Formats: sequence, structure tokens, C-alpha cells
Amino acid sequence: MNAPISEDDLHAWADGQLDPARLMQVETWLAAHPERRAQAEEWRAQSARLHRTYDRVLDEAVPARLIPAANANRWLDARKFAAVAWLCLGAITGFFLRGETAPAPGPGLAVNSLPRQAAIAHAVFVPEVRHPVEVGADQEAHLIAWLSKRLGAPLQPPHLEEVGYRLVGGRLLPGDSGEVAQFMYEDAERKRLTLYVRPAAPKAADTSFRYARENGIDVFYWTDSRFGYALSGNTGREDMLRLATLVFQQHDK
Amino acid sequence: MNSRDAIIAEIPRLRRYARALTGRVDAADDLVQETLQRALEKWRLWQRSRDLRPWLFSIMHNLHVDGRRRDSRIDFCADEDLPVAVQRASQQDALELRDLERALALLPPDQREVLLLVGLEELSYAEVARALNIPQGTVMSRLSRARLRLKAILAGEAAPILKVVST
Repeated sequence: MNAPISEDDLHAWADGQLDPARLMQVETWLAAHPERRAQAEEWRAQSARLHRTYDRVLDEAVPARLIPAANANRWLDARKFAAVAWLCLGAITGFFLRGETAPAPGPGLAVNSLPRQAAIAHAVFVPEVRHPVEVGADQEAHLIAWLSKRLGAPLQPPHLEEVGYRLVGGRLLPGDSGEVAQFMYEDAERKRLTLYVRPAAPKAADTSFRYARENGIDVFYWTDSRFGYALSGNTGREDMLRLATLVFQQHDK
Repeated sequence: MNSRDAIIAEIPRLRRYARALTGRVDAADDLVQETLQRALEKWRLWQRSRDLRPWLFSIMHNLHVDGRRRDSRIDFCADEDLPVAVQRASQQDALELRDLERALALLPPDQREVLLLVGLEELSYAEVARALNIPQGTVMSRLSRARLRLKAILAGEAAPILKVVST
């Protein structure tokens, strides 16, 4: 289906709301219409400016008066709230571990579990302020040697400086069938990406590039002869596609 | 996580949206507080098929509309109401913030809501339509007008909505 490109499509392009098939059609059209592309990029820049201006509110401490408001119906006091928070953390951790001790799923499921596991690990560690990684990028050589040894094959975190992301560091995680590495990246606005790397299952011949959305996290994932990779982030699907392509190209060399 | 915990987890997002919508720290938190109260009163009515976040934004939208009717004076950001964060930010950031806040205040509220729900809160067009209880076509036309107008205001091209006609 090749419906004509409308202004709504251009807004949807700027907002990352096109499905992949339509996205390709719109991209092709924009390549031939640079003035409309500039306009749509400007809309995108407006949204980025809104984020630059207001995202700081997310980091502000929530005023106490707002929490009691939530307690209006004889609800939770702060201490109970803390207890609930710990329970939630426990539930998340429990869910995370549950996947690890369950019997290994069939090959199809194993592929599908990669984005899910990656998204969970992303969601757990990305909000960390003090301990986002085990080993920081200041010890990059050690980080690479350590994780390569634990995963059993040479592993190289991709370089994403040219697109504004610096390596924060990495950590080792338990996975379905052994160790998994997670690298974390951060841009100047402290937006974070994680690259989840696990040893590929034997006979994992499927190298196609796939996309999944897990609880609001965009995940691009693929497999090569040695590892399965999943790049997770919240910067919008198109941006993530660009980043994942870059990572893929660096590993494909 | 039950609905109440889920609502609490949304507070930072609600505060961000309210801050951008009202341009004022205290007014924004008042709006968040009312939204939370209303949501907790009504949370049993919340249909699980609907996502929590658009539902909360729809409650906030209705309260904001009521508030505008009650108090129809023009939103204006007095210097002492500027967010505390501005004072910590660099001067460049502060200027950018103030420009954008003024520009947003000059947008008609209907357009400002759509622009913020799409551009800042990243709701899908269908979610925005549900939250504001308007057709999706209206979302798109407001979004289009808002983006055009914001560009013109920031470029200094647009005449302010209100002009001083006599001094």
C-alpha cells in the first residue's frame, strides 16, 4: 500500500509514531523533499527543546504535600509506601530470577526472551544514580578483559561518541544459560542506553535484525556467531534504530 | 503493583506536564495534587483496558479546564514564580527556559495541551485523543497549528495574542 504522504505522516515521522513499513515510505519521500524534511526536523527539535527545558522536573524531589494527598483515603503512610517499594523491588527481582531458573525454552522462545531479558535489565539499572555499573569506563581495559573472560569470547563495547553517547561502564548479570554482560551509555542529557550481550546459543544462525517494545522500552536485537545483542533505550524508535545500526556495523566488521 | 502504587509512580511525569502546562511551580503542584486526589477517589472506576497514564492526563485536563473557567485571568509567569531550578541552571539555560515558557504561555491552551502531550509526554495520537476526549483528527490539526505558532513565536514573528491597545 502506497498512500500519498500527508502532513499527518510528517508529524508522525517527527514523533516516532510510524510503523516500520510506513516509516520507510516516508523516509524515501522525505529524501526527495528536503524542505519538508527540514520542517519535520524542526518539529522534532521543538520536542527536544521541551525535554531540555522540563525534564529536570523529573529529577526534583516530589514535595511532601503531594504524597499526603495520595494518602487522603486513609491510605499509605510514608513508611508503608517504603515497604511497598521494597516489595515491588522484590517482585521485580523475583520475576527476573524466575526466568533464570525456569527450564530453558525452545529455540523460538529463546530468541524472544532476549529483548525481554534485556529490557528488564535495562529497567533495573538505568535509574541507578550511584551504582549504574560495576566497573566504570575509566577502567575500560579491565572491563573488556573481565567480561570477555566471563563470557568466553573477546568482547568489545562499541564506540558511540560520534553520536553523543559515552560509555559509562558495564556489569555482569546472570542469564538463561550463563553469564551476560551489560554495557551502559549516557548522552549529555543523561539519557541512557544499555547493550545487553549474551553468548549465542549453538546453531543460532538467525542473524536478522529485530525490534521489540517491552514495557515502553525500545529494544533492537540480533545475533552473530558468538553473541546475541540487544540495545535498549527510550529515545524513540527511529533514534534507537540509528544507534542499533551503528552498534551492529561495529560488531559486524 | 496495584493501581495506587502505579499512580504514585506517575507523580514525576504529572509534575513535568503540569509545570509546562501552567508555567508555574505552585499552580502546577496544586494541579497534580488535585489530580491525585481525583484519581484515588475514582481509581476503582479505572478500566484496566485503558492505560493509566492517559487516564491520569485526562483527569488533569478536566481539572485544568475547570480551573481555567473558574479563574480566567491570563497565565503569566511572574519572575518570582519561575522554577527554583532556573537559579541553578546556567544563564543560557535560564534564557532558553524563559523564552520557551513565554512562548508556551502565548499558545492557546488547547494547542499547548496537545503539543505537550505529544512532544513532551510522548503519548500516541490515539492516547491524546482519549485523554482530551476529542477526535484524532482534531489532535492532528491542533498539533499542526501549535507547531507552526510556536515556531513563529520563538522566531519573534508572531504578534502576541494580547496587545496593549491603549496606554
